[in-house]
Amino acid sequence: MPSSEAVNQSSARGTGVIHDIGYRHYEGPRGGRRQITRALYVHSLRGVFGLGRAAKSKIMPMGLATFMVLPAAIIVAVMIFMGAEEPLVAYTSYAIIVQAVPAIFLAAQAPQTVSRDLRFHSLPMYFSRPLTDRDYVAAKWAGMTSALFILLAAPVVILYAGALLGKLDFMEQTGDFLLALVAVLLLAALLSGIGLLIASLTPRRGLGVAAIITLLAGSYTVVSAVQGITYELGSEKLAGWAGLFSPMTLFDGAQVALFGVDSNTPAGPPGTIGKVVFVVVLLAVIAGSYALLSLRYKKVSHS
Amino acid sequence: MSVIATEELTKRYPRVTALDQLTVDVPEGVTGLVGANGAGKSTLIKILLGLSPATEGKARVLGLDVATEGATIRERVGYMPEHDCLPPDVSATEFVMHMARMSGLPSTAARERTADTLRHVGLYEERYRPIGGYSTGMKQRVKLAQALVHDPRLVLLDEPTNGLDPVGRDEMLDLIRRIHTDFGISVFVTSHLLGELERTCDHVVVVDGGKLLRAQATKEFTRTTGVFTVEVDTNADGSDGTDDAQTALVGAGLPVERDGRLLHVSVADETGYDTIRDTIDGLGVGLVRLQQRRHRIAEVFLGEQSQAPQTEKETADA
Repeated sequence: MPSSEAVNQSSARGTGVIHDIGYRHYEGPRGGRRQITRALYVHSLRGVFGLGRAAKSKIMPMGLATFMVLPAAIIVAVMIFMGAEEPLVAYTSYAIIVQAVPAIFLAAQAPQTVSRDLRFHSLPMYFSRPLTDRDYVAAKWAGMTSALFILLAAPVVILYAGALLGKLDFMEQTGDFLLALVAVLLLAALLSGIGLLIASLTPRRGLGVAAIITLLAGSYTVVSAVQGITYELGSEKLAGWAGLFSPMTLFDGAQVALFGVDSNTPAGPPGTIGKVVFVVVLLAVIAGSYALLSLRYKKVSHS
Repeated sequence: MSVIATEELTKRYPRVTALDQLTVDVPEGVTGLVGANGAGKSTLIKILLGLSPATEGKARVLGLDVATEGATIRERVGYMPEHDCLPPDVSATEFVMHMARMSGLPSTAARERTADTLRHVGLYEERYRPIGGYSTGMKQRVKLAQALVHDPRLVLLDEPTNGLDPVGRDEMLDLIRRIHTDFGISVFVTSHLLGELERTCDHVVVVDGGKLLRAQATKEFTRTTGVFTVEVDTNADGSDGTDDAQTALVGAGLPVERDGRLLHVSVADETGYDTIRDTIDGLGVGLVRLQQRRHRIAEVFLGEQSQAPQTEKETADA
């Protein structure tokens, strides 16, 4: 069998026509912009987790996904073992507690999602097809946001399942759980917009990774320090406002405002005005990063 | 039916005019767009794909208006970019299949078309290896495959022979020829090398500085002329027969132009051919060569270029 295959291959190579049945035209269906955008979305989402790519592309995202759900599984085990009356970790607190994991995930995968096409100059081949720059941005943004949502929601689902197994109040847990899903969707959109925007500004992947991790970790560290100091000095209000200046604390303040959950920072948004401001700023950053990403690709597609 | 038709197409950028009232009509078949770098070739392709609006004038591709029906044009046209545009870490199969999906083909069809197309452009078992390890010729084939994978009615190829060695260049030109003859797809191919388009293209459009220099069927470019080249042997006594032949031909009433041992004789009609033969025969010298002269595109281009001396350097390349 191997020998006949070898013969076949070598003769195919030699003449180039051994299996040539001539050129066949394609008469089948062709999807329009919407179908193409959806195909690019699925391709991008799979790509974030390294699916359909080389084995080594899967190590980072799959490893991080494991780190994301492992603590949740341990918490659930402990909770059931102890017969806890309340969840050990609030659904809305989990993402903040393990925030380093989604931050690294974003830093590693956002450049993979957008800067490849920039670095290898592949975009002209996309834009010479029916797809427009806006479709491209929509597909990439939705892909990254969905991937982050899966990453952030998976442990929340595990915590919820654990709570139900632990026979906690069904209605109360379900309500909290659903709110937490909406909250992580907002967080996914926030992180995705920021990450893709930064990554789209440089064709160099390493630079994108470094810039994203620096922004997320750096801003959180500075804001936390400022909050700690101002809180100690007795200015709870100032500590609350400081939360606006890092994506994670901004998100935390917004979910406090929207869902009435406890803040995971020393001080939540100050007063009603503070709450409104946090929500507005969160939505503005999501919309703004998306708009800037669109502008970026409008420029790239015309160059 | 013309596949591309432009009418006084003009594209002005703040500092340069890339296209200047270009009116061309490209019929089905293989058409070459020749011009020096910066002559406006890439600008024209962008306008034809509906990606860049023209400042003035109109253009239609496959009968569709580039200004309003760009999306439909891009569905039916394939485009091969000039520069390197391939990701090195995926295989040709993965890449071309993704591009087929990006043309709207369902996944099963995309897989089949990818296998077919890669075979047609001459990529076999190497198509499963990452593109990063390919030669320039193989990369060009991958770029061509992604332009053909959705079975377009027209392909726009931007400098497909760039960076290829002479053998690779010939293979690519044969492949381009086959796109029309075997696949039935019209081709619009750009090059800054005039010579290579001579045997590949049915038509040639020459642009310079965004202006049309000439648009013609290749056979007209290289059409036979009324000039014969005559070369004769030395006389029996060893003296050069060329002088005698020249004298005799002029005596027979034919205008002669001397070029070393070659005589270029202009003839008005069929009888001129006989006159040359009889005159030489009458001299008793051996006739080494009697050849009808053909224009080469390069000569035509050189003739045109003498009016535009600023691009002499590129013509030398051609």
